[in-house]
Amino acid sequence: MTAMPTGASAEIPLRPGRAWTMVERNLMIYRHTWPVLLAEIFEPMLYLLAFGVGVGLLVGDVPGLGASISYPQFVAPALLATAAMNGAMNETTFNMYGKLTTDKTYESILTTPMSVRSVALGEVFWALVRGAIVATVFLVVVSIFGLANLPEALLVIPSALLIGFAFAAVGLLTVTFLRSWQDFQLIQLVMLPMFLFATTFFPLDVYPRPVQVFVEVLPLYHSVELVRAAFLGTGGNPAVAVIYLAVLGIVALAVAVRRLEDTLRP
Amino acid sequence: MTDSSTVLIDARGLKKVYGRPGDKAGFTAVDGIDFQVRRGEAFGVLGANGAGKSSTMRMIACVSPVTAGSLRILGYDSGTDGARIRARLGVVPQDDTIDTELTVRENLLIYGRYFGLPWKVLRERSSRLLEFTRLSEKADDAVATLSGGMRRRLTIARALINEPEIVLLDEPTTGLDPQARHLLWERLFQLKQDGVTLLLTTHYMDEAEQLCDRLVVMDAGKIVAEGTPAELIARYTLREVLELRFAPGERQTMTDKCRGLAERMEELPDRLLLSTDNGEETLSAVHRQGVQPLTALVRRSSLEDVFLTLTGRSLLD
Repeated sequence: MTAMPTGASAEIPLRPGRAWTMVERNLMIYRHTWPVLLAEIFEPMLYLLAFGVGVGLLVGDVPGLGASISYPQFVAPALLATAAMNGAMNETTFNMYGKLTTDKTYESILTTPMSVRSVALGEVFWALVRGAIVATVFLVVVSIFGLANLPEALLVIPSALLIGFAFAAVGLLTVTFLRSWQDFQLIQLVMLPMFLFATTFFPLDVYPRPVQVFVEVLPLYHSVELVRAAFLGTGGNPAVAVIYLAVLGIVALAVAVRRLEDTLRP
Repeated sequence: MTDSSTVLIDARGLKKVYGRPGDKAGFTAVDGIDFQVRRGEAFGVLGANGAGKSSTMRMIACVSPVTAGSLRILGYDSGTDGARIRARLGVVPQDDTIDTELTVRENLLIYGRYFGLPWKVLRERSSRLLEFTRLSEKADDAVATLSGGMRRRLTIARALINEPEIVLLDEPTTGLDPQARHLLWERLFQLKQDGVTLLLTTHYMDEAEQLCDRLVVMDAGKIVAEGTPAELIARYTLREVLELRFAPGERQTMTDKCRGLAERMEELPDRLLLSTDNGEETLSAVHRQGVQPLTALVRRSSLEDVFLTLTGRSLLD
């Protein structure tokens, strides 16, 4: 039996460094494990039910946003922004740490023409694809319940993608600093308070001014602002949030790629 | 014909130091080695753990930058043309790095995608490679269900997905049972017959003797000998070796009695090796000295003895 004629590979053009193949890999895996994605969609739904509807019955409308806004309407966009953040962060921290350490997935990928940069971009790209799916399904569901202001609310999708990009990049940078699985506790220590206080459940003006300044620095605050503006059609200028998230993402990604290069190609 | 059509790998003064640049306390894994691998050869790198074999392989695979010296592969510089070189290499790493989230066939398909190969080509090629590595029946199974030998064969199939001109194998049969090793050797031999250049590291002497046309012996980051297996045995050993084992209490006295009976003597933790041109004669001499070994074995000298002579250590230390 003849197995491997040599030199035949020259006939097929090589397209090295294609980040998209990382997405193809993930899609192939998700053909087996798609319920994981469902869980990610259900989580914000549950929060919306518990806090938006449950607490909403007690608190009534939320003042201070121009038109009168019901509490579920106030909370829904924040939950969507948080879902976009968590989905992206989980992908590039938790999932990626496993592939970097125990599975050594990237080690074998990097013996091909793939570069560290294309692997990193590919994983960020995949986090975006996931984020887009979650955001779209969430938007469809809340629209059915009349919480979103269509068609303006469609702007939520690009907003979720930008949030996903920024947090995927931050996650990628974070993962290069992790020393063990225990360090994930530290990530939670930052993520949970940010989720609770970045105007997710109550507006900024309930805080005293010094705390407001602190909240305004948080990336999730800007994410919530962006999605809420699109969701409620309240307008406002999203430029600050867009620039903040774009710069955060680009800088984090650039530094992360350099650090990954040192880790993966010693 | 260009130079690269004969010499595929050309290393000169190749050096690898781990640690930050400028950091004097860096660890030197490869300390200025020179070697050439020609097209169609099976070239072996022999050495104990920590000799610098894997670091050398990683530099050739263009996944680890060269610290100093030059390394040209397929006519390209490893530092500037890494991706172009990797496109024509097949790599079988020491630890199986199979994608555990994918099935056996999916592993081959996705790996081929990293090379930018079209799905149509990959579907045909993956079926052929699964047949070549005797994994067709496992094609749609999860990787977790594979035995060690199967995993290694899948890693080899994966390394062949881009129809490479050079295949790098880092300790390909370490940890496999004898049957799995023989099947693997047979497949590697087939590859060689098909004209693929093989570069492998090993610390198994029988593996090197079976597969390698030419080899280098590495010790502490340096090449200490180079040649065909037969040349190395002729150059560094006598024709035969007498292996003696003693009862634990008697070892020292018996060993002392044997001194001077052979041209060279090596004391290993579990046995005594006497290098000689005629093993039976030496055994008679041993008996005449009143030495009573538990077991005595006369065998031909092997690469194991070459390694022992060159480094003073057993390969499996």
